[in-house]
Amino acid sequence: MNENSNLRISFYPHIRDKASTSRIMLDVAISLLPATIFGVFNFGWYALLLILVCVGTCVILELIWDLGNHKRMTIRDLSAVVTGMILALNLPPTLPLWMAAVGAAFAIVIVKLLFGGLGQNIMNPAACAKCFLMICFATRMNMFVYQGVLSTPPIEVLRAGGTVDLLQLFLGNTSGCIGETCAVALIIGAIYLFIRRIIDFRIPLFFLIAAVIYIGIYSLFTRGGIDMTLIGAHLLSGGMLLGAFFMATDYVTSPVSRPGRIIYGAFIGALVCTFRLFGTANGSVCFAILLGNLVVPLIERITRRKSFGKEE
Amino acid sequence: MAVLTFRGGVHPPRNKKLTASKPAKDCYTHGDLSFPLFLHHGLHAKPVVKGGEWVSAGTLIAKADGYVSSNVHSSVAGIVKYVDFDTIVIESAGEVHEEPRIVSRHYSEMAKEEILSLIREAGIVGMGGEEGYPTHIKLSPEDPDKIHYVIVNGCECEPYLTCNFRRLIEEPDRIVEGLNIVLRLFDNAMGMIAIEDDKKSAVIKIKNYLVNEPRIRARMLYTKYPQGAERQLIYALTGKKIRSGMRPADVGVLVLNVETVYAIRRAVMEGRPLISRMVTVAGDAIKNPGNFRVNIGTNIRDLIDAAGGFTTPPEKVIIGGPMTGESILDLDRPVTKDTNAVLAFSQDPVIRVHQTNCIHCGRCMEVCPSRLIPTKLADYAALGRTDLFLENDGTECIRCGSCSYICPAKRSLAELIISMKQMTSSDTE
Repeated sequence: MNENSNLRISFYPHIRDKASTSRIMLDVAISLLPATIFGVFNFGWYALLLILVCVGTCVILELIWDLGNHKRMTIRDLSAVVTGMILALNLPPTLPLWMAAVGAAFAIVIVKLLFGGLGQNIMNPAACAKCFLMICFATRMNMFVYQGVLSTPPIEVLRAGGTVDLLQLFLGNTSGCIGETCAVALIIGAIYLFIRRIIDFRIPLFFLIAAVIYIGIYSLFTRGGIDMTLIGAHLLSGGMLLGAFFMATDYVTSPVSRPGRIIYGAFIGALVCTFRLFGTANGSVCFAILLGNLVVPLIERITRRKSFGKEE
Repeated sequence: MAVLTFRGGVHPPRNKKLTASKPAKDCYTHGDLSFPLFLHHGLHAKPVVKGGEWVSAGTLIAKADGYVSSNVHSSVAGIVKYVDFDTIVIESAGEVHEEPRIVSRHYSEMAKEEILSLIREAGIVGMGGEEGYPTHIKLSPEDPDKIHYVIVNGCECEPYLTCNFRRLIEEPDRIVEGLNIVLRLFDNAMGMIAIEDDKKSAVIKIKNYLVNEPRIRARMLYTKYPQGAERQLIYALTGKKIRSGMRPADVGVLVLNVETVYAIRRAVMEGRPLISRMVTVAGDAIKNPGNFRVNIGTNIRDLIDAAGGFTTPPEKVIIGGPMTGESILDLDRPVTKDTNAVLAFSQDPVIRVHQTNCIHCGRCMEVCPSRLIPTKLADYAALGRTDLFLENDGTECIRCGSCSYICPAKRSLAELIISMKQMTSSDTE
């Protein structure tokens, strides 16, 4: 009976899908690469240094946390890498490294690990850390240097009532945060996520639809007609696309049900526009996502589905 | 025509090619065969033979005790080695000596009660995996006139399994005949033979025999797991929804497995009891995978030998399909009436997975055919929160395993949910 010695038993199913947490996180990291590479190209090597500091801080702190708590190596799931990357892409390219490290530490320790680690956090770590930095280091977080000179990011230009060049916004040759300037790079990354079936189209679609409708109505009242240029400029500038495709879609902090995702996306989209048109422009997406995160339990409650045979 | 399917489900690799193309072989039996007197449902059958007695193939060795119970017959000629509370072991004499049978009339001339009694005498039970429910009870609903559909389940949505497919391909006329016998019992019923659309050749074969059968139709369903699950199958074909506590007959439907229908035909046309069935033997650790006509009671080790034995020592052996089958430690157990497959794998993928926390991706919700929220139910189960489990319809789980299959965090969702379901409900379907 020597063939029995190897036999193992387990509860069914005895086969599992290939998708794993780490593979999903790897896919998200890959999808962020176009924006990351363009950010470094656009803002120089210091931007790369910032990204590495953010990722490194996240990974090292989670590693220390695991070792200190005698837990299994959770850094293998690559979620810390993704958090670091997304935070870095949301930072101004000239932020001092230590500030970036403080932000990354806040994201990983306070927002993620203290809430119970992967899957347990109620707020998006990167979005929360960006808001934290916006409040702590307001001056440096609002200081944008582009091609050696102090400049105003397009989003602030819009806010001040100025006009921006849509084509340049699309291609990304503008001032702004490291990863948010180039719409093309972000869209390429988003397409990758869709092809790999990592994200559901509902959140980004309704995020953007809500923004289009909101700005459309706004321009109707303030400019006497629907201003397509204004709509386009808002969609392509600031953290709109980065937020819609890569941050609002974070599994952990978004609703699981399909109708819930529609409400959630539209809610954040509307909030972003409210902040941008009536409040502060820089960081509006991250603040909106945080508020969106907080209403997720409510959305889940009202969209709870009926089981098979109980519908109607 | 609209695609017939249901909401949810998964698409595991099918892995059917290797065995689907090969004609089924006979598995000759030798040595000891054992016959459990109990299968999942009802009461133990009562032994009617004693140790040392000579029996032929087809001899009744244990009689149904009560209504929900079924007869057990020897599948070989040989000597009863011993009889105990739940098993009878028979030493095969190495020859197939079957008791002669006399069938007096064609089924079209038989009374309904006569057909039912032949089915009951033959010890026929549901022959899909993990079924074992006596078929004569299924075929005796309170109001037979309210049965509108009799569905032959040939979906075979589990990966690797091809025994139903081979039966449909090799003996389509007999399946049609078996269904006609069942339809004889239900005057208002239409017959449907349900096959997934990856088995088009079986549909074409069956259709050849349906030209003069106005009451029977072949229906092609979208290929997806668990299309063959009773509730999902009934929904796809009739739009009717069944919940726990309901039986298919409550919505005017009966579902029978291909093998069961085949056994019904044998019992009614040839007077032969259920003593053999088709079993798929497959997996990368099996030398010559294929389908085998095997005597009930045959040792699984002998069946694996008939398939050439193992290529490498397997790490996992499963009775049934990979999605809902049972993994076993001991190969010394018999093929039972509801054993549809024996699978052996050189590597067990389950022990190699790396589990993480739930990341709330929502995949388990998307695939759950019962439209539950598996991740939440599993949490409630882990915390022992029976109240929340029941409130969120945990008892509606059909135990298909799709949630565990799809989970990227590799949580044992199905295991948690099903354990709690078994604790909270006496419902055994």
